Amino acid sequence: MTNKNISFWLFILPALFALSVVVFYPFLYGFYYTFTDWNGLTATTFLGFENYIKVFQDESFTDAIWFTIKFAIVSIILVNIIGLGLAVLVTQKMKINNGLRTIFFMPNLIGGLILGFIWQFIFKSGFDAVGRLLDLEFLQGWLATTETGFWGLVILNVWQYAGYIMIIYISYLQSVPEELLEAAEIDGASVFQRFWRIKFPLVAPAFTVSLFLTLSNAFKLYDQNLALTNGGPYGSTEMLAMEIYQTAFSRYEMAFAQSKAVIFFILVAAVAVTQVYWNKKREVDM
Amino acid sequence: MHQKKKRYKMWLTIIGLTIALIWLSPFYLMIVNAFKTKFDIFNNVLALPEAFTLDNFKQAYIDLDFLNALTNSLIVSVSSILIIIIFSSMAAYALSRNKSRLSGGIFLIFVAAMLIPFQSVMIPLISIFGKVNMLNTSGLIFMYLGFGSSLSIFLYHGAVKGIPVSLDEAAMIDGASRWTIFWKIIFPMLKPITMTVMILNVIWIWNDYLLPSLVLSQAYATIPLRMFFFFGQYTKQWHLALAGLTLAIIPVILIYFFAQKHIIKGVADGAVK
Repeated sequence: MTNKNISFWLFILPALFALSVVVFYPFLYGFYYTFTDWNGLTATTFLGFENYIKVFQDESFTDAIWFTIKFAIVSIILVNIIGLGLAVLVTQKMKINNGLRTIFFMPNLIGGLILGFIWQFIFKSGFDAVGRLLDLEFLQGWLATTETGFWGLVILNVWQYAGYIMIIYISYLQSVPEELLEAAEIDGASVFQRFWRIKFPLVAPAFTVSLFLTLSNAFKLYDQNLALTNGGPYGSTEMLAMEIYQTAFSRYEMAFAQSKAVIFFILVAAVAVTQVYWNKKREVDM
Repeated sequence: MHQKKKRYKMWLTIIGLTIALIWLSPFYLMIVNAFKTKFDIFNNVLALPEAFTLDNFKQAYIDLDFLNALTNSLIVSVSSILIIIIFSSMAAYALSRNKSRLSGGIFLIFVAAMLIPFQSVMIPLISIFGKVNMLNTSGLIFMYLGFGSSLSIFLYHGAVKGIPVSLDEAAMIDGASRWTIFWKIIFPMLKPITMTVMILNVIWIWNDYLLPSLVLSQAYATIPLRMFFFFGQYTKQWHLALAGLTLAIIPVILIYFFAQKHIIKGVADGAVK
């Protein structure tokens, strides 16, 4: 197939058309209108960079950035540690391995919205009941404060994604040659030595994939945020994606919201590109 | 040595089972409380119901308009995934077999589109589709093709590279057209990756809330959408809300039960490549 073949163009046309109309055209169209007072239908005045300047003065937006970054850092650490731990556990030779894998992965099949509602019940009623039973005060009144809202989101996210990240670590762990581990065992290496000295370095590429996935998931989180805390109390647990949505569809400041969306894109893309670059470099160094 | 190993394994099993129970506890609480009366939930959240009642489910089924929501979800998911598979595999095949710079550039454009998060195009997208009256089920399916094609083409592209070009050439000499070559020879060989593409897209599209919430009207609402309205109605009435949530999860768990091996493998292949 060459560029002159009509079949080449016919084969790629439907997908390319859809991508252009759904992603690229709206992206450029929206970018253009961030320099105006666009209200979603029409724009009357050209504003230059005014919207972008306003974005960084908007406390609701900068608060959301910090909240999202804090959430992302804590989530990445916990999801990866627990995900790796689960992967190591279910790759031991046990009869119940498959059952465990199925259970740990299960939350990923259910939508974030539904999971968020279920956990709202767990935090508000379940935690409360356990707290009263064991007389633990910190289990009561969850999701009513910024603090518990934050940890609620983290717990939900870890519970959901650890099983997903586990699957990725498993596929790398299983590529570790069995003979290597047996040889080490004969030489007297302990379980921990076999893990830290043999498995861990060989699983290093899995970190690229897993860190990237957890990070971009944390940044784009919306459904769970909406269903669990809905940004409350008083918008203090509003993450970036939700803040943009609110600006657009509750406050109807379309051009302003789109300016935030452009900043959001730059953040997400920069993180993704840096991470892939950094991890590739480190893998080569090793 | 043998004795020690056995004990070690026993401890591992106990640890594994304990974590599994913790993992399942939210589902346990959801299900047992869905069978309780409002008063019973207020009194005891953790224990089994004093008297099982199915009333919550009956009411939730009606208020969720469950059958209608399920049908809407099926229509959207099945059609979107079908067109994603057809058009992504075709495009990936053409892009992989054409070795020119232009073709490489177009492939790169598809991959680069994955960097653009949904929220960055959401507002203009809705405005544009609203202007041409496409905020409906067919518009939504088309949008899913646009958002889904990147990753799917990326996955198919890798798989097509593994199929020798000599197969195409032999068929070409026999006078077969590109269309025939692709659908009769290449596409059947892509079956494993088609499974992966299908699974990844089903999980995403079936559960998607934000995009359909901006595009679909009440009558065409999918399960997550309907769930959102329903939950808003019953914030203080957990017995009904939980029954609704349980209902919404049942189709997914049923499919998972039968296809869990394929699903886990599909997700692993999709993430690692």
